[in-house]
Amino acid sequence: MLGFPVRRPAPRPFPSRTSNALRRRSVLGVLVLLALALITISFRESESGPLHTVQASVASALQPLTVAVERVARPFRDAYNWTEGLFSARADVDRLQAENQELRQLVIQNESALQRNVELTRLLDYVESPRFPSDFGFVAASVTAQPSTAFEQAIVLPVGSNHGVEREAPVVTGEGLVGLVTRVTPTSSRVTLLTDSASAVSAVDLQTGAAGIVEHGQTGDSLVLTRVRKADNIGVGDEIVTSGWRQGDLASLYPPGIPIGRVTFVGSLNTDLYQQVQIESDVDFSSLESVLVLVRGSEDGGR
Amino acid sequence: MSDAAAISVLVFVAALLQATLFSSLDVLGGTPDVLLLVLIGVALLRGSVQGAVAGFCGGLLLDVLTLDTLGVTALVLALAGYGAGRYGETTGRGRSHAPVLSVIVVTVLVALLGFFLHFLIGEEVSARRALVEALLAGLGLNLIFGGPVFALCRALLRPFQPGDRVTEVRLLG
Repeated sequence: MLGFPVRRPAPRPFPSRTSNALRRRSVLGVLVLLALALITISFRESESGPLHTVQASVASALQPLTVAVERVARPFRDAYNWTEGLFSARADVDRLQAENQELRQLVIQNESALQRNVELTRLLDYVESPRFPSDFGFVAASVTAQPSTAFEQAIVLPVGSNHGVEREAPVVTGEGLVGLVTRVTPTSSRVTLLTDSASAVSAVDLQTGAAGIVEHGQTGDSLVLTRVRKADNIGVGDEIVTSGWRQGDLASLYPPGIPIGRVTFVGSLNTDLYQQVQIESDVDFSSLESVLVLVRGSEDGGR
Repeated sequence: MSDAAAISVLVFVAALLQATLFSSLDVLGGTPDVLLLVLIGVALLRGSVQGAVAGFCGGLLLDVLTLDTLGVTALVLALAGYGAGRYGETTGRGRSHAPVLSVIVVTVLVALLGFFLHFLIGEEVSARRALVEALLAGLGLNLIFGGPVFALCRALLRPFQPGDRVTEVRLLG
């Protein structure tokens, strides 16, 4: 050019497409191999191996940094959690209310089971005690129904003639006499309670031997001992039990010695032929749950 | 600040934040993966090699910080960085939707590969939890967090000028 010899510089080699691709793939291959080697060694060596030691050392060295970042980030994280909590509060309330409801039902079931356990244990104690009539067996049953009218004092049991229950079988609890079976079907029976106006039981004072008839009183579950002569000595607190009399072929429906209640009041007017004796039963007739039906002639009914 | 230094700082801070802050940020069962977003940003801006190296280093740092099996996250993120970088170098070059598409594809692939690797080394992983519940929520969070993270990456790493990228053909006058 322009007559002057010009020396052209040697052209620089440009990276080709092939060499770029090779470099790329080499870098990736090395990284992948390195990662696989790390995974293999890290996975196979023990916790005290060199790689784990290096990892632990580096982690320890970086710990102050992570702690610092965590402390700086904590207020933000707390704020986020608080906000998130606000959104989920309604759902939490609903869930906790449902859970509370379930737990309440569970508590009620547990208390009911506990009460039933106590009651059955008491019945068992009574059956195993010397007070239990020796020539009787028993059929244990839960009370399934109580007539809702105030005119009749009765309960229904889920045991009947199939289980050995007979009409006019006495029904007791650990606390004392409950009543008499007045109707029997194969699978259920109806018990007229002692507090029913139709019930009457011949009884004696366990302390003095004074005899009379236990009947329904004037109010509620009250009982009275009638036909007690003025000459007989009865005191407040005396225990009244079934007399279980027998005269020839006739016999009381109730075996002797079943507790009925305790005397709470004794009095008489000059014009009365008999004493007025009020009795309080230990049986809570309003909340009967489990009872024993006495089965004549069977020493071990057991249900 | 040189490119290498800027990428190192970005990856280091992202790994630290991921391990201490974002991994515990549970939103609808998923967590944002800020380290992955930074890697995608670096790979799209700087190419596959830088993306792969940054992914490997960031993953290794995360494995160290979380005392996990060394190499698992490094392998996954190295491949993720390489893949995102290759996409940025080829089809995705100059496309406005490239970052969003990268986030979606890479997040899904990273979840699949991570699940597969953890399954291979015998860790108890629930496929439903990892690939459905956590993935969907994580994907949504990554798309939300992607914008600010890419903006930060662009601010720290100057995008290549058109002339910088063309290295295979030079016009001689």
